[in-house]
Amino acid sequence: AARVSSGENRLVSLPLSRIRVIMKSSPEVSSINQDALFLTAKATELFVQYLATYSYKHGRGKEKNALTYSDLSHTAEECETFQFLADILPKKILASKYLKMLEKEKRDGEVGEDDEEDEDEEDENE
Amino acid sequence: LPDGVNISKEARSAISRAASVFVLYATSCANNFAMKGKRKTLNASDVLSAMEEMEFQRFVAPLKESLEVYRREQKGKKEARKDKDKKADSEEQDKSREEENDDDDERMEEEEQNDEEEVDN
Repeated sequence: AARVSSGENRLVSLPLSRIRVIMKSSPEVSSINQDALFLTAKATELFVQYLATYSYKHGRGKEKNALTYSDLSHTAEECETFQFLADILPKKILASKYLKMLEKEKRDGEVGEDDEEDEDEEDENE
Repeated sequence: LPDGVNISKEARSAISRAASVFVLYATSCANNFAMKGKRKTLNASDVLSAMEEMEFQRFVAPLKESLEVYRREQKGKKEARKDKDKKADSEEQDKSREEENDDDDERMEEEEQNDEEEVDN
């Protein structure tokens, strides 16, 4: 890990040891050179900044001077660069809305027998 | 973010997850470049190539700059350690320090690689 004497600004704020653990969890990776570890940590820092500022700028949380989960989730869905995050930042929907949707689909399904609608699988998190 | 902006707990944890996913994605991408070069060890250029591949070219220039600073820091630390060792030895060694530095650069690269050389799985 990069040990910088206290008082100086750290070159990277994320802990290298943690980054290393995540990198090593990748099965095909055998070893990582020190520079690569540093660059990955620094890149992650830049990424976090980018994700946060982008989401804030394009999100509705701004109205309340806040960065919300939904801002982030929107970004993942709408911006191509961040699409790899779409699965882990799913859009959220109220349980009541979801239940209503299910009911509606059920009803639609009964009216037309041939109607086979795929069930919308939306993750619901409360 | 501008001053005073609140970040909800949910947003924080989401960002944290996103960061982990980013590391994994970047590592896997960088590893592809390493494999293309028939290397087992991920190096700096692999990571930089991965950034371009992932469409984060905007990171490349600042990353290169930071890398320079980092390398200088590392070099400084190693020299500081060597200086301590040298002081314990005779003073004459100080004169030959200039020449030794060039060799040190090469040796440093190897040393760094050796530190990380762990074969898992």
